[in-house]
Amino acid sequence: MNPTPPTAMTAAPHAAMGPTPQAAMTPAPHAATSGPTLEVRGLQTHFFTRAGVVKAVENVSFSVGSGRVLGLVGESGSGKTVTGFSIIGLVDPPGRIVGGSILYQGRDLAKLTEREMRGLRGNRIAMIFQDPMMTLNPVLRIDTQIIEAVRAHTNLSWREARVRARDALGMVGIPHPEERLDAYPHQFSGGMRQRVAIAIALLHRPDLLIADEPTTALDVTIQAQILSEVQQLCATQGTALLWITHDLSVVSGLADDIAVMYAGRIVETGAASSVLDRPLHPYTHGLIGSVPSRNRRGQRLRQIPGMTPGLLALPAGCAFRTRCARADAACAVDPDAREVMADRTTRCFHPELDLIA
Amino acid sequence: MTVGGEPMPSDPVTITPIIALEGVSRRFGPTHDAAARLTRRVTRAFGGSVRNEVVHAVDKVDFAIRPGEVVGLVGESGCGKSTIGRMVAGILPPSEGRVLYRGAEVANLPKDQARRAKLKVQMIFQDPYASLNPRMRVAEIVGEAPRVHGLVDRAGFDDYVDAQLRRAGLDPSFKRRYPHQFSGGQRQRIGIARALAVQPEFLVCDEAVAALDVSIQAQILNLFMDLRAELDLTYLFISHDLGVVEHLSDRVLIMYLGRIVEAAPAEEVFARPNHPYTQALLAEVPRIEARKRRFTAIKGELPSPMAPPTGCHFHPRCPHAMPRCAEQAPDLRAVAPGHHSACHLNDAI
Repeated sequence: MNPTPPTAMTAAPHAAMGPTPQAAMTPAPHAATSGPTLEVRGLQTHFFTRAGVVKAVENVSFSVGSGRVLGLVGESGSGKTVTGFSIIGLVDPPGRIVGGSILYQGRDLAKLTEREMRGLRGNRIAMIFQDPMMTLNPVLRIDTQIIEAVRAHTNLSWREARVRARDALGMVGIPHPEERLDAYPHQFSGGMRQRVAIAIALLHRPDLLIADEPTTALDVTIQAQILSEVQQLCATQGTALLWITHDLSVVSGLADDIAVMYAGRIVETGAASSVLDRPLHPYTHGLIGSVPSRNRRGQRLRQIPGMTPGLLALPAGCAFRTRCARADAACAVDPDAREVMADRTTRCFHPELDLIA
Repeated sequence: MTVGGEPMPSDPVTITPIIALEGVSRRFGPTHDAAARLTRRVTRAFGGSVRNEVVHAVDKVDFAIRPGEVVGLVGESGCGKSTIGRMVAGILPPSEGRVLYRGAEVANLPKDQARRAKLKVQMIFQDPYASLNPRMRVAEIVGEAPRVHGLVDRAGFDDYVDAQLRRAGLDPSFKRRYPHQFSGGQRQRIGIARALAVQPEFLVCDEAVAALDVSIQAQILNLFMDLRAELDLTYLFISHDLGVVEHLSDRVLIMYLGRIVEAAPAEEVFARPNHPYTQALLAEVPRIEARKRRFTAIKGELPSPMAPPTGCHFHPRCPHAMPRCAEQAPDLRAVAPGHHSACHLNDAI
């Protein structure tokens, strides 16, 4: 067997899944609504701590269309998780969304009341977290938790809801779903728990799914199972997927588009293959060079010097300039995001255009 | 590779391996206190059944590591790779079999020789937060062991610690600080400085970069490669990340549920995986070179090591399983020079 599976496709940036039977069924439930499922514009989420204002998310903009996958890539502390939490309305004090808009099918989520938000959350917009124990209540049986989620957004009876719950478990590949409904979370393995969490997230066939490092804690084979499930979901249900991760190799296989975050800002966006093949921002370039890949076996990895600065002690101007080989006097001013190539934006005065042969 | 050249696993030259495992097994069971023992005895006396829950973490493993080699040990969680690492590092005794350091069993050596032998094998742990004593300053963490073992005298202590820190890429002026004042990557460097301070020949790295961010991981991997060239180190590099293992290793061992199912030079195993488990594992590795692809999945879950399947442990998930696979465990056999695999399919050919 070839390690690079023959199924690997080089995707045209705007073909959702390639010519597959699933793609043929793609017409999304909300095809009527024009425009992207999610559009985030100038989002600012700040944390008002005793030590000062932490600008965890600063002027972040991106959009995800129906059936598309956006990979939001960044390292710890880059603000990628807070971005996800902001969208689903789970930012707790001292954190607050202080600016920008989060348009879900044209409605600004940041302006909804908690009651309206509750109607959407878990229903039209769902989230999968890194640690499934964060989603599952350890003292409640699996069936109680799924049925609760079903009945929160439908008028089904308990009995009907239980049937839905069983089907949901079956759909994510849990063997003997009927018996497993009576189990408690601790009786499942990590991969199984994450699948239960995914089953709950998918109960109401959400239009938008936010996945925050859902496979980081899982083994390679279990990760592949989960990736294949979400991939199918996007293709068949037209779900827009925001995949938050630090792992570029997962994103390269999954995402249509990529947004790279550094110190609370998006420093680069574009189609996945385009960003990975021709990174423009020096940070993206360094990040890709840091991933061990078979082309450079045994050679030194291209490392980024230093480490991510704390958000309270960011250098003035471009936040990356202290670690950047291309930094000069111009970088003392914070660069705006600009489109340097077709469909490619970057926040850098010295994008690595010359690297492109 | 930079050091040692391309290793020849089938090399008949009699180099004593730096580490050799011979028929090593490790089982974990509950330890019973006096009350539990009494209860169990009474239960048995009255004809009740007493459950013996034993985990076979490692099951009759043999391998040898030659000086200068980097051996990658790969497997999913629960396959016993960390247990092997701990047995190699001498932290955990095997239940059965022998762990040899340069041809001798450390436990049978005279006391002072055994102590020196133990120092030569050091371990770097996964979690840089849990593996450093939070109440000790960096200088003590790094300098304690060499001082106790007489590798450095009082006068040379400061210089010695500085040199260790500098070698691991840390500023010696930080040595009065405590672990909590450092980031994850820096802590891992402290762990490396601590391991190197006793002048080891062999490092066991147990998921040493798994907890780090990608860019920091690259820095630490580069450091490992530099140290290998500088100090002529031999590594057992344990990881679930096949990309990292492929990058560093000369030779790779693939483990599944307590057994080694395949052992081969790195290039060989990634180009021509033999065992169905290795093939499936490699097919699932997300790669940055791969663009939008369809993910597929190995059927089923890793079975519990408390009740491993009979015969070949992989047969319930294997697409090529035959009736024989459920009955008889395949031996690790050569399929190519230096390439060993434990699969009945190889007999058919």
